[in-house]
Amino acid sequence: MKPEPYVRREMLAPQPAPLGETGILRWMKANLFSGPVNSVISIAAGLFVLYVLYRLLPWAIQPSWNATSLSQCQDDPNITGACWGVIHDRFNQLMFAFYPHELQWRPLLAFGLMFVAIAPVLFDKVPRFLLAFTAMFPLLAIWLLWGGSAWPELMVLAGFFIGYAVHKALVGPAGELTAIILGVLATLLWWIFGVSPVAEMLQGVVPLDITPVESSKFGGLMLSITIGLAGIAFSFPLGIILALGRQSDMFIIKTLSVGYIEFIRGVPLITLLFVASVLLNYFLPRGTNFDLILRVVIMVTLFAAAYMAEVIRGGLAALPKGQYEAADALGLDYWKAMRLIIMPQALKISIPGIVGTFIGLFKDTTLVSIIGLLDPIGLANSIRGTTDWNGIVWELYLFIALMFWVFTFSMSRYSMYLENKLKTTH
Amino acid sequence: MKKSLLLGTIAAVGVLAGAASAATLDDVKANGVLKCGVSTGLVGFAAPDANGRWEGFDVAVCRAVAAAVLGDSDAVQFVPLSSKVRFTALNSGEVDMLARNTTWTFSRDVDLGLTFVGVNYYDGQGFMARKDLGVGSATELDGATICIQTGTTTELNLADYFRSNGMSYEPVPIETNAEAQQQFLSGACDVLTTDASGLAATRATFEHPEDFMIMPEIISKEPLGPLVREGDEPWSDIVRWTLNALITAEEKGITKDNVEQMAAAAGNDPEINRLLGTEGDLGGMLGLDKQWAMRAIAAGGNYGELFEANVGENTPVGLSRGLNALWTQGGLIYTPPFR
Repeated sequence: MKPEPYVRREMLAPQPAPLGETGILRWMKANLFSGPVNSVISIAAGLFVLYVLYRLLPWAIQPSWNATSLSQCQDDPNITGACWGVIHDRFNQLMFAFYPHELQWRPLLAFGLMFVAIAPVLFDKVPRFLLAFTAMFPLLAIWLLWGGSAWPELMVLAGFFIGYAVHKALVGPAGELTAIILGVLATLLWWIFGVSPVAEMLQGVVPLDITPVESSKFGGLMLSITIGLAGIAFSFPLGIILALGRQSDMFIIKTLSVGYIEFIRGVPLITLLFVASVLLNYFLPRGTNFDLILRVVIMVTLFAAAYMAEVIRGGLAALPKGQYEAADALGLDYWKAMRLIIMPQALKISIPGIVGTFIGLFKDTTLVSIIGLLDPIGLANSIRGTTDWNGIVWELYLFIALMFWVFTFSMSRYSMYLENKLKTTH
Repeated sequence: MKKSLLLGTIAAVGVLAGAASAATLDDVKANGVLKCGVSTGLVGFAAPDANGRWEGFDVAVCRAVAAAVLGDSDAVQFVPLSSKVRFTALNSGEVDMLARNTTWTFSRDVDLGLTFVGVNYYDGQGFMARKDLGVGSATELDGATICIQTGTTTELNLADYFRSNGMSYEPVPIETNAEAQQQFLSGACDVLTTDASGLAATRATFEHPEDFMIMPEIISKEPLGPLVREGDEPWSDIVRWTLNALITAEEKGITKDNVEQMAAAAGNDPEINRLLGTEGDLGGMLGLDKQWAMRAIAAGGNYGELFEANVGENTPVGLSRGLNALWTQGGLIYTPPFR
């Protein structure tokens, strides 16, 4: 009888994968050493990284945290590299500049509340009623940062309700368009002529104020974040409007949008900042105290909005024409079509570009040091202007770079999360 | 900010046509604070300390004026200005005076509509190079690469000097002094040029200052002084004579410590009496009170004391008096009499 071929009759217990096929080894084999060329490149790159660390770490790791001046670092035989004492000594200044010490909880609180305010915008699991807080946050932040009476902010807020009430009252008798125009007009008139006196009067009746802090005390990372966030928050809606304007069929709106976008994009940001800090001073009557930080925020916003508009227009252009036609076919009017069908898709396509613009804007805030505002870069210069720290460079710049990296990196990670979440392809 | 925001917005749309006020003194008194333009950071002359308090030789002039006018040497709002925006800030009224190591030149005085009220530091442009470059004098610098700060008189002086000596050079333009130092140290340029005071301060921060030499040639005159807007004589008088009071105080031996005692009663020297208000009414002529000069001196000390405290030989900057000694000691510091 022929011997039966070997047949396994019982199941084998599962074995762990061979050593070279799991974990780090497998990853390295697949990614670093998958062929002779890759292996050579990997080894060369690895050696380069090691070399950089070899040169950098002995410089960076120094017992210099408590030094109080550069000469102290230079005289100490234990310190042969970085003098980190400057960060220790001037940390508070790099964060808040001249903002009064005992009031620094206010910008911190505003910063903390900012996360509450942006949470409903960033994550859809957060309760929707927080959006009301988001809408009010800019006014709250202004009050916390600059202090003074809270009534002007409340009165500015009241302006929205006035506009709404006027619209509501007139929409019946006067028609939709007239009601909208009159509502907006009432709000503007209230803001220009009503807010100041009424706020002052109410302040006289019910004092509602905290210690005011002047703009000249602002600086450091706090200033960068203030300018950057204000720019981001205001340039986004403005950019959407400009992008829609550029695509509009209406001649005047289209021309204005195109003219604005092309003009602003053709001018470097630093020029606009010089206009804000220097030229405006000549145009405004002497003695007018038009806040420099506000001027800078306006310029940064206008600048970023032009770029934002082009990024969003890219998204609009990428949508197939069928989407527009489908919206029309459903009988939606222009705004509904934009809000419900076009914009959600166009914005999704534009996310990387939008976030890229945000990151660029945030980093561009360091340009304000050229017009004499003491952002971290400007402060680094001032810190070097003291006899204690004259001549220190790398430690300060590395620290500032790290602070900016934390913010820009979180923005870019969020954008990746958002892209993943909104992905509808399979 | 909100009031200024609103006011600014209103002004922007042209509803509020504020009449330009020429009387800076009234503005300063009404605001209760002197807005003084200073450098964004220059060793020994202006910089904020760890607590955010501005210190320095230029800053001291601002404080003295604030003390004379407002009676409080801390009633100053320091406005850090870059070299590009400093004159516009002054002309547009953003600051009341400028004490920002600014060179007094013809065109700035005449063309830009500024009034220099005096000189608080006589400087001159010099060169610094590594010793191993083997150059002993600025006349041997033909073909050198030179780090230079843009938008300053040093840039123009350099071009003039090399042209008149028939030499060529390659400029490395740099925005700030600190950057210039770093570029120079890293070897981006052979030579660093700026005011001699700045060179000394820079050299003092190097790890091996002995490896660098400052060349003997001083190629320019850089009289640095405070300035105000043209067209407000009462105000420029106040700033001018506050500076003069500090100088006279050194000449007459009035110091921070003894000024109050000397101002308490008239002494034997009539000029001291006039200065400190125990005789006559010089302050009244300025639109101030009799004690104005006493307060200015008490704020930080006389000219010599300010010099020693901020940039003198015992500070890391380590400048000797040199040209900035009193005229009685062979320097140029001289003031018209208080009479």
